[in-house]
Amino acid sequence: MASLQSLDIKARSGQTTPAPGVRDTVQVAKLIDESKCIGCKACQVACMNWNDLRDAVGENVGVYDNPQDLSPSTWTLMRFFEVESPNNPKNLEWLIRKDGCMHCEDPGCLKACPSPGAIVKYSNGIVDFVSENCIGCGYCVTGCPFDVPRISKKDNKAYKCTLCSDRVSVGLEPACVKTCPTGAISFGTKDDMVTYGEKRAGELKDRGFKQAGLYNPQGVGGTHVMYVLKHADRPELENLPKEPSVSPMVSLWKGIAKPIASAFIGLAVFGGFIHYVTVGPKEVDEEKEKEEA
Amino acid sequence: MSGPNLIQRYTSAERANHWLVATCFILAALSGLAMFHPSFFVFAQLFGGGPWTRILHPFIGVAMFLFFIISASWFWSQNRITDADRRWMQRIRDFMFNRERDMPETGKYNAAQKYLFWVMVTTLILLFITGIAMWRPYFAELFPVWLTRIAVVIHALSAFVLIMGIIAHVYAAIWVKGSIRAMTRGTVSEAWAKHHHRGWYREVTGK
Repeated sequence: MASLQSLDIKARSGQTTPAPGVRDTVQVAKLIDESKCIGCKACQVACMNWNDLRDAVGENVGVYDNPQDLSPSTWTLMRFFEVESPNNPKNLEWLIRKDGCMHCEDPGCLKACPSPGAIVKYSNGIVDFVSENCIGCGYCVTGCPFDVPRISKKDNKAYKCTLCSDRVSVGLEPACVKTCPTGAISFGTKDDMVTYGEKRAGELKDRGFKQAGLYNPQGVGGTHVMYVLKHADRPELENLPKEPSVSPMVSLWKGIAKPIASAFIGLAVFGGFIHYVTVGPKEVDEEKEKEEA
Repeated sequence: MSGPNLIQRYTSAERANHWLVATCFILAALSGLAMFHPSFFVFAQLFGGGPWTRILHPFIGVAMFLFFIISASWFWSQNRITDADRRWMQRIRDFMFNRERDMPETGKYNAAQKYLFWVMVTTLILLFITGIAMWRPYFAELFPVWLTRIAVVIHALSAFVLIMGIIAHVYAAIWVKGSIRAMTRGTVSEAWAKHHHRGWYREVTGK
């Protein structure tokens, strides 16, 4: 939330030049192993508790998901999916995914954000919303391939998981990791988490989940929140995009269009001035026009 | 009394509405550019900071659209493209280099002005429609995000085309001497009318 942290900033919204980047810092990542998740929602409670958030008490609509969706006050959410087992269509499988910000290496929200410093990416990989700089335009929503940012009706600011940047900056793990009773959520360096995730996927393969794998989508440069999925070939079973990337529309709009359009606007004004001083104005000779009449 | 004979070109209502549209355009363009490229974010200060820029921009845009509809309805029929206009456009180069003497005669508007009119009509309609799909907190949530993503690109592109068109429009007013008073005083000199818009001159004077 606030940028008052001992974290180096690697990228900053609304800034086109490089941020200070001489120092190489450790890349961190959170690994969510869905095969170990029991759906207890302790992570949701820990998130609420640490971040001091209380969403409105919702209604039971017959599913375990509660609340129904991510919101400005719900930064992580257990989503429950009953699906026909890809391994054996006669069986049902209950898949549980802890949804929240994926902390993309190439964050679409940051790319789309027009307000300087409203979204930052720390050198450790965490993508954070600095809400006091947020102007409420919702461009981050269009930039996100994972449908994560939520704009508050109360203050028109965008909110999402911070990966507990405040805890990480003082050497603690995120609150959800700390509280998870089964060890389904781990936190460490990105390299360690990739290694551990691949090891876990290998163990699942040995136990019959042939398509188990690590979800670390390269379309967004990899993510700093990764999943071990039982059916990594079909992430859409759990409402995860198969090959997420920043929309080409957003890349066009906040990429190449920005400098080109600005340059043409400047050139048009200058071109007009040059035309005026070379060709000169169109003046009407009053006397001559009268004579012709 | 010396001085040129004057011809009425715009009524007081047309002039007032033109400047309402123009004011809205400047405010919408500055606030819109602030949210388009970080190098223009400084314009947000003119509107009271980032959040106020985001709040005001759509309301200014809608006001511009509504005032423009009024102007456009007044000028609509005078901007129909004719064969003479197409012939005129083929010689736009001569016009640009002040060699318009023997070019096809123009009515109240020349072909470049007419095409610019239709550019404004098209871009403002696109800006209005796509702007609704981006408008937070009121309307954006009613649209699926893929549609908003297309809307933002069309919005930015239309705004770019409109800004380029208005730069041309403003420059033309400075370039063609005697034009600005048409929108400030409502009148132009007979000589101006005869030289630049002979068809219109004959129509209003009967000469």
